[in-house]
Amino acid sequence: MPLLEVKDLHVRFETPEGEVHAVRGLDFTLEPGEGLAIVGESGSGKTQAMLAILGLLAENGTSGGQALYQGADLMAMEPHELNRHRGRDIAMIFQDPMTSLNPYLSIERQMVEVAMHHQGLSRREARVHAVEMLRAVRIPDPESRIRQYPHQFSGGMRQRILIAMGLLCEPDILIADEPTTALDVTVQAQIAGLVEEVVQRSGMAAILITHDLGVVAGVSDRVLVMYAGEMVEYGTVEQIYRSPRHPYTRGLIDSVPRLDRADDDALHAIPGNPPNMLSLPSGCCFRDRCSRAFEACAEAPELRDAGDGHLKRCHLEEAP
Amino acid sequence: MSGNERPPVLKVQDLAVYYDIHDGGLLRQQVRPLKAVDGISFELERGETLGVVGESGCGKSTLARALLGLVPPRRGRVLWLGEDLVGLDEKALRRKRKELQIIFQDPLASLNPRMTVGDIIAEPLWTFYPKIARVQVEERVRGMMKMVGLLPNQINRYPHEFSGGQCQRIGIARALVLNPKLIICDEPVSALDVSIQAQIINLLKDLQRKLALSLIFIAHDLAVVKHISDRVMVMYLGRAMEVASARHLYRRPLHPYTNALVKAVPIPEPGRRRRGAEETGLRGDMPSPMNPPTGCVFHPRCPWAVKRCELEVPPLRRMAEGDWVACHRAEELDLTIVKHAPGTV
Amino acid sequence: MKSSEATTAGVGAPAAELDPFEAALHLGDVKGRSPWEDAWHRLLKNRAAVTAAIIMGVMILLVIIGPWVISWDMDYTDWDHTQSAPSFANGHWFGTDAVGRDILVRTLEGGRISLLVGLVSTLVSLVIGVSYGAIAGYYGGVTDRVMMRLVDIIYAMPFMFFVILLMVVFGRHILLIFVAIGAVNWLDMARIVRGQTLSLKRMEYVEAARACGVENRDIIRRHIVPNLLGVVMVYVTLTIPQVILVESFLSFLGLGVQEPMSSWGALVSDGAQDMESAPWTLAFPAAFLTVTLYCFNYIGDGLRDALDPKDRS
Repeated sequence: MPLLEVKDLHVRFETPEGEVHAVRGLDFTLEPGEGLAIVGESGSGKTQAMLAILGLLAENGTSGGQALYQGADLMAMEPHELNRHRGRDIAMIFQDPMTSLNPYLSIERQMVEVAMHHQGLSRREARVHAVEMLRAVRIPDPESRIRQYPHQFSGGMRQRILIAMGLLCEPDILIADEPTTALDVTVQAQIAGLVEEVVQRSGMAAILITHDLGVVAGVSDRVLVMYAGEMVEYGTVEQIYRSPRHPYTRGLIDSVPRLDRADDDALHAIPGNPPNMLSLPSGCCFRDRCSRAFEACAEAPELRDAGDGHLKRCHLEEAP
Repeated sequence: MSGNERPPVLKVQDLAVYYDIHDGGLLRQQVRPLKAVDGISFELERGETLGVVGESGCGKSTLARALLGLVPPRRGRVLWLGEDLVGLDEKALRRKRKELQIIFQDPLASLNPRMTVGDIIAEPLWTFYPKIARVQVEERVRGMMKMVGLLPNQINRYPHEFSGGQCQRIGIARALVLNPKLIICDEPVSALDVSIQAQIINLLKDLQRKLALSLIFIAHDLAVVKHISDRVMVMYLGRAMEVASARHLYRRPLHPYTNALVKAVPIPEPGRRRRGAEETGLRGDMPSPMNPPTGCVFHPRCPWAVKRCELEVPPLRRMAEGDWVACHRAEELDLTIVKHAPGTV
Repeated sequence: MKSSEATTAGVGAPAAELDPFEAALHLGDVKGRSPWEDAWHRLLKNRAAVTAAIIMGVMILLVIIGPWVISWDMDYTDWDHTQSAPSFANGHWFGTDAVGRDILVRTLEGGRISLLVGLVSTLVSLVIGVSYGAIAGYYGGVTDRVMMRLVDIIYAMPFMFFVILLMVVFGRHILLIFVAIGAVNWLDMARIVRGQTLSLKRMEYVEAARACGVENRDIIRRHIVPNLLGVVMVYVTLTIPQVILVESFLSFLGLGVQEPMSSWGALVSDGAQDMESAPWTLAFPAAFLTVTLYCFNYIGDGLRDALDPKDRS
């Protein structure tokens, strides 16, 4: 049985301008210990899908479908039941380390309470455990720094603390939403390395949400590409990078600025703009921006197997 | 800096910007200087692009604003076509702004939400040519919109009706409408999605070629800068660590900090395990610019630091091939970047 | 919004058979939707605010037209019907007070004064507060410090003492009420506007305008003031009921308008004395006052929701 099985996930938002169908029927599975990257532009629904699974949607959002965690449907659970799973079995790390920590509580207080609540540890045990976790994410001198407040740490250190807090209850699934986007480049490299390291060491499954294909290659086993609320391609890292089958994925890979390719200066851009989710075009949503579009694209493509479990939502027979 | 006979359009000498930080109690207030930019010098030729790279707090945005006279420098000179902009009064400076323009990081925040796109792009025209006829302004604005890849029939729309990439195009049109000679781009793509980043960079390159613009392109990401710059200046804590031609910089960084920045760029290749924390070679966090380290500001984080680095400030000195570096050990260190995956040259 | 997604094609886009960009170049101008229009549409969808606005509109009409239409004068004493309960038979729909004056016409006349005080005092504080706050905030530095310390000093003066002092020196006059309330209310307005201006000043579009060489007065006119308006409008709608309440309070204490003129506060004060024998003398003015306060608060809340860009998804 897969660890997490998401079936036909839908997310809708009521806005003053009309209904936004942010996630339109997402299916995927996550095996124990697997690393899955969900890639897409802002507005593609990748974050909202995760929030919906954890019951954390904003007030004007509604969700439908199933998210089976070890067979139990998270989306059908009462809030208090779901609360038991959040943090203990599934932890989420957010993009902005500044706003995810309570500025008025010491790190100790924030970590110890979580550990006591979810794991039933005594205060003393919880503190020892918290210090251990901080050491695991390489915060120097954790015994004394744990008493400090969030503003006394740099952005990178805060993100480390958040990772430590995510790991605190040894969850089965760690969801990281653009954990490095808000950080400086050298810190980004350190944090991405850290995420990779802790995920491998603990054997937990991880879902990494990002808009940058450059970041995910090292961390994940599989990649799920989202566009306009739908999965457009799904495959192993090898399949996605070596032989992408959707023109959008191809475009994403080509638009990553690279240092390792020699002095070919041209950057490949995907033309046009992300679709307006209030009024999606008919047919394939990527048609307007696609250099390979042809007559068949006027009809919305179904998700098809391109061999070896490599899924694509594209009418093209050959690789783009 | 380059052995060219042509005079540079912009020559910056020992530019420094300090901010006064007030702290201390009610009675005894102390004023301490924050050295945001501390002695930057460089030259820029017509049609050239200088990339400026560094992490947050390195002073790159302050440098941009100081060049335009938006913040007053503490010392130094900014020679624009031979004329020093530092010390010019508000009125004279205003006239110069026709020639120097800026593009901002946050595309939406840099556009007044209550003005139409047409008015936003036209504002510099109203300012410098108050007598110009409305028809002419509109014609010019529509022309600019087309040039940056916006549909001219969107002229009456408001910024919130556009996507991030389109908003950045509006910002570019506003910067170009007066036919400036230099454009300072302050992290113009950092807030954009990867696929849109490439559009904007290509657009800027295109426009630069067409209009013979000089560009100063600021970013925190070396990979982005590589695709647009002729030369790159690497900044750290208000100082220049290295100024080198883009090609040299990526093949063989001279400064350990540049090396760390190059190594931090992720590579989109499967199977290539990320080089973890150790491999950027950096120790610890960036120190506060309020208390910069003695000697070389980079020494506490540098894996190659020696005693001398702690005591002596390394000057920016000229190396072979016209590159400049501020490191005592530049000659000894070989930081050649190993060529990555075969067949990618 | 419909056509905005197909608007641009990247420079260097692969040329399809028919470049959508080239094709779209000849289309007619698209009309934009300004943030004001957006806010207006959001406001119209807010049922509480719209209802409140309609009630307020009716109330204002009543207050303006009512006293002309009704045959009673506000100071006419109907000796045949003193302390009459509300009755259609004798023509006093809201009843009369102890000296036989018609409560309906007095409530409407009182409403004129109360609303007038609310609007005029708010207008006074608006004009002074916005210009004061915007100047202090935009120029900053010493100007700001001196101007805001002055505000602090005036703020520290006890309001009641100030009003009584004015009354004693100049005698009771309706103008003095405007002056007294306006003189205190603009302080809040100035503080709010200054704070907003300080944050607007740091917006990148103001910096962009400075980088373009736009002069200070144009920056204030084009970039600062239009973006202040939303906050100011919300604050104004919330200030009006506050001012009405302050006036009522003054009148209740006997410091407000003078007989035979009246305001809701004065009427409530009179009514409170006959509360047991003639509850209608209290009930009607109090109801009008309460409804007005509620309405303004709902309109203010509605405006805030409509204008606050943070609320947009």
